[in-house]
Amino acid sequence: MTTDRPRLDPSRTSPGDLVRVAGDGLRARPMRVVLSALGIALGIAAMVSVLGISSSSRATLDAQIEALGTNLLTVGPDDDVFGDEGHLPDSATPMIGAVDGVESVSAVAVLPKVKVYRTDQVPEAESGGIAVMAADLDLLETVGTHPVAGSYLNRATRDLPVVVLGHTAAARLGVAGVGPDRQVFLGEQWFTVTGILAPTPLAPELDTAALVGWPAADGLGTFEGHPTTIYTRTDPDRVTEVRSVLAATANPASPDQVSVSRPSDALAAKQAADATLDSLVLGLGVVAVVVGGVGVANTMVLSVLERREEIGLRRSLGATRAHVRHQFLAEAVILSVLGGLVGVLGGVLLTAVYATAHGWPTVVPWWVSAAGLAVTAVLGGAAGLYPAVRASRMSPTEALAGR
Amino acid sequence: MTGGRIVVELDGVGKLHPGGVRALHDVSLTVRSGELLGIVGPSGSGKSTLLNLLGTLDRPTSGRIAIDGHELDRLDDDELSALRARTIGFVFQQFHLAPGLSVVDNVADGLVYCGVPRARRLAAAAAVLERVGLTHRSTHRPHELSGGERQRVAIARAVIGRPPLVLADEPTGNLDSRAGAVVLALLHDLHDDGTTVVVITHDEDVARSLPRRVEIRDGRKVVDHSERTPA
Ligand SMILES: Nc1ncnc2c1ncn2[C@@H]1O[C@H](COP(=O)(O)OP(=O)(O)OP(=O)(O)O)[C@@H](O)[C@H]1O
Ligand SMILES: [Mg+2]
Repeated sequence: MTTDRPRLDPSRTSPGDLVRVAGDGLRARPMRVVLSALGIALGIAAMVSVLGISSSSRATLDAQIEALGTNLLTVGPDDDVFGDEGHLPDSATPMIGAVDGVESVSAVAVLPKVKVYRTDQVPEAESGGIAVMAADLDLLETVGTHPVAGSYLNRATRDLPVVVLGHTAAARLGVAGVGPDRQVFLGEQWFTVTGILAPTPLAPELDTAALVGWPAADGLGTFEGHPTTIYTRTDPDRVTEVRSVLAATANPASPDQVSVSRPSDALAAKQAADATLDSLVLGLGVVAVVVGGVGVANTMVLSVLERREEIGLRRSLGATRAHVRHQFLAEAVILSVLGGLVGVLGGVLLTAVYATAHGWPTVVPWWVSAAGLAVTAVLGGAAGLYPAVRASRMSPTEALAGR
Repeated sequence: MTGGRIVVELDGVGKLHPGGVRALHDVSLTVRSGELLGIVGPSGSGKSTLLNLLGTLDRPTSGRIAIDGHELDRLDDDELSALRARTIGFVFQQFHLAPGLSVVDNVADGLVYCGVPRARRLAAAAAVLERVGLTHRSTHRPHELSGGERQRVAIARAVIGRPPLVLADEPTGNLDSRAGAVVLALLHDLHDDGTTVVVITHDEDVARSLPRRVEIRDGRKVVDHSERTPA
């Protein structure tokens, strides 16, 4: 009996038809599609824009660091040992200058207890956190900055009571320009401001400094002429090598009392510290996406209940349980990925607007968009699984009867 | 015609619904290829239950059924689906058309589980729509059609794959007599082309126009006679 049984050509539908049928189901209820994809779109947009904005700002910072150079090393006394009073041996500057791979060296020395004021009337306490330093003449080339007004110290002015102000220091002292009539009260006498520096990201301590020539500093307070910070530019390919010998070179007697840092690393690390807010928004984005996924699941459950007759009809047309299951799974995935697509576009747009407003390039890494879409596809599958299985298990007769 | 191949064979079929309702008792029935058969009976007598069993949408709780030579109790759910895809066309009282799709797309969906590419489905749908006289309505949505037109669309969908067996459950139940007559004429057309057609109806006029009628009462077959040459 089994042998003469006629062969049955199985029910078949192509993947293209599956997607078309799923799409037909969604197109019949456009409002519902918009509303249930919205949650996912918002969540993905939040995540993409946070990652995009931080990438864009990082790209800007990277470019900035690249422009400033990553080959500046800063040598100073270890603060933990000496506090503010520490200094390096006088020999440190020429010794470092002789190290193989060092391209330029420039020292500054903080003048202990010397303050600078806007006038001679300002009370002692209000010194505005400005450090007075003696500085070498080649400082600007080494740290990579330039004057925005006037000029820096030179051979002629280093002996005179003239001062060059860091960017922040000038603002705090209310000095907007240079000239013979721009004077500040520094260490019990008037100094003429001859220059104001541009912001110096790699040596931010110079932004709040008042720089005087080394000879002019002599005799101010208790200054003894010992360097406190030595800026060192190295061959870009030999930074690590030079860095490893700097402490011993600066203070051969006790190298552990010397700290060597690479300011470009500190700049990059600061960016990483700013990432806490990013993770907060990212977390909110995840919550929104998950809530959106629950919304899709809800929509699909509702849809399956409402469309029992369609399910019964499809079974009568020859759909297998798997066909029905795949149809509703595909609907859930399409719905979710649609939300993801809108979210990615929205996130990129938000990033572009924010980045442009800040003068940054718009950088959204491709993997952010790809991950956004992949996450929504998986989410849609998860959200659609239960309703799809339910739909496929309906009895055709009960489904047709709307039961 | 009585000598044709056996398309439907029921042998002592019973159906006990989950709620404990015994909808069919010991029904035996043989339908041969090319027959046009009416199933009549009062409401609740088990006609739809019987048709669902013929259409493999449900399984009997006792007895055996063979459709087009396939013993149903030897087929799994996927194989029953395959049988519905290729051998059986359904027409329902409520039409069951997709509201969001055009008429031609609704009809083409009748082939979507037969592995036929879309272009060929649409071509077949156009041809079968011409046959039911609805070519001019191809691009309309179902809600723009009259009840009679909707049922003709449903018939077109049922027969687009040229199934040897067409099952219709009260196809004229929602239609006035003129629209019902058009639908009935289409079923006669199919019969003339050699399709086996089983129609459930409680319309006496409809029943009288059919060559063979089976009467069901309280889940039992009480009358089964052919009137191929009425007296
Ligand atoms: N899924 C079901 N579960 C329980 N009982 C059912 C189910 N389907 C049908 N019945 C019962 O089986 C009996 C026969 O029902 P069926 O629908 O076959 O009748 P019918 O002859 O088609 O009636 P009508 O002319 O009103 O359509 C009825 O008593 C009905 O209540
Ligand atoms: Mg019925």
